[in-house]
Amino acid sequence: MTATTHIPSRAPFLLTLWRDSNVIQKAAALIGLALVLMALLAPLIAPYDPLAQSLISRLRPPLGFERYKDGFYLGTDELGRDVLSRSLHGLQLTLGLALAGATIGLLIGGSLGLFAGLRRGWAEDAIMAAVDLQIAVPFTLLALLILALFGSSLTVMICVLGIAGWEQYARIVRAEVRKITELPFIEAARASGGGQRYIALTHVLPNIVSPLVVQFTLSLSNIVILESTLSFLGLGVQPPTATLGSMVGYGRDYMPTAPWMVIAPAALIILVTFSVQILGDWLRDRADVRLRDR
Amino acid sequence: MTLYILRTLLKMVLTLFAIITLVFFATRMSGSPLDTALGDGLSTEDRALMIEYFGLDRSIWHQYLAYLRGILEGNFGLSFIERRPVADIVAERIWPTLQLLGSALALTLVVSVPLGVVAALWRDSWIGSAVMGLAFIGYAVPNFVIATFMVLIFAFSLNWLPVVGNGTAWHFIMPTIAMSGVLIAALTRFTRNSMLDVLGQDFMRTARAKGLPETVVILKHGLRNAGVTVLSVLGLQIAGMAAAGNVVVEAIFSWPGIGELLVSAAIMRDYPVLQFGVISVAFAVVVINALTDIAYVVADPRIRMAKG
Repeated sequence: MTATTHIPSRAPFLLTLWRDSNVIQKAAALIGLALVLMALLAPLIAPYDPLAQSLISRLRPPLGFERYKDGFYLGTDELGRDVLSRSLHGLQLTLGLALAGATIGLLIGGSLGLFAGLRRGWAEDAIMAAVDLQIAVPFTLLALLILALFGSSLTVMICVLGIAGWEQYARIVRAEVRKITELPFIEAARASGGGQRYIALTHVLPNIVSPLVVQFTLSLSNIVILESTLSFLGLGVQPPTATLGSMVGYGRDYMPTAPWMVIAPAALIILVTFSVQILGDWLRDRADVRLRDR
Repeated sequence: MTLYILRTLLKMVLTLFAIITLVFFATRMSGSPLDTALGDGLSTEDRALMIEYFGLDRSIWHQYLAYLRGILEGNFGLSFIERRPVADIVAERIWPTLQLLGSALALTLVVSVPLGVVAALWRDSWIGSAVMGLAFIGYAVPNFVIATFMVLIFAFSLNWLPVVGNGTAWHFIMPTIAMSGVLIAALTRFTRNSMLDVLGQDFMRTARAKGLPETVVILKHGLRNAGVTVLSVLGLQIAGMAAAGNVVVEAIFSWPGIGELLVSAAIMRDYPVLQFGVISVAFAVVVINALTDIAYVVADPRIRMAKG
């Protein structure tokens, strides 16, 4: 404990967050915001229909190169589709899938962890054994198996991404719950007749929000990497629908002649994982500082 | 300690058993092997033969027991595509994968241990930040993106390196680097952190007080102690990451190893190969984890005593 008293700032949360950040974190936040906006507005800002083919303008290079075709700023692919429009829609799908996957993981893992931490006994043992199993087996392998068995549809993909990170949430929530339930205020709530569910929802859950937010952000970047890897291998969402990963995967065959087909989506993937990971690390550091200040 | 080792081994066996069970039921859940694999192009006799072979007319539990018995007897089934024993197909792929894994791990160790030590020693200067920045990049960029850009630059633009296969030493360069990226990032972080832990210990001060030169203090007393943690991380975390990375990188560079086999089996829906491949890679990872765990306990007297 330091001698000075900590005066809680009155400024809104996001504003203090912004003020405390360094240049890289600010840049990551802005890039992240820009990417989200681009994804949300993709149907409005994309100059063309991402699926519209045009055989006379196949494999045209981006702006500034020879044979550039007016209006196709990032060039066209092997079917004459606009790379910029496809990248924007791909970004939308990639981010959407990642959000869906991370949310499902949070819900499954969070509730199992909450259950394990509150119930104890064999239920806890069983859940933690499942967590250990998931940690022991490299998930990419399981994902290959699941996608091969159940087909590569959007639904299956979301399920795969949902199972991808649940064990981390389960572990964190269980550990936090065990720590919190030792505290006097839970005992007080129990003594005054609060039921299991009431205590879980009103006393325990609000106290573990912060580590969950951190884990959610960190897992987003892992899920983006997993999804784009699987799509890259041709096991993700099937064409003509494209995510950033599958654009890189299909563009690979045209790399010697049309590298722009690969560069735009690959660069977007890097921007996404970079900004998300920097934001996640930043949130984690902040959460730690909070704990220390207490 | 014997008790601890026994418990670790028991846990390993249970994990392996759980993996086999999981894979079996996942496969059956998606439908009968008759329909998923061979479709309509099956004569009545062949159909009867398949039913006989897989025991499909019996209950699922019966099939499960038969599957387990098959595994114990070393019978893992036939590939749908190649019509050969799955075990043979996987066996042919082991050596190329081991070669690639070996070179990737070697590169990882050679690069990340010095980097981690440097980052720990100069943690407050720009050198430390630069190293950690590099490690961050390794984490954040997926290995297929690294591979794609390398291919674009070194194969198609400069024409220096071959893209496909594993014929010569030149073939190793890009796959090795693509695989090592994330491993280097992870191990550099771990080395740095365990080095930082060690640097604050009393025995380091003692070593300096004895008048030993700083290099000796760092390398002999510091790195040696940090090394135990680093090696355990290598076994526990890196094994899983390497297995996952291997799949992607081999597929990209058409490396004739297990990873490439798994991806093509997944695309062709060759379930017996995929099943056995997944099980055997998971086995390898789990066994390496257990052995590392045990080695860690045996090597470190402090833990040996504590865990009884």
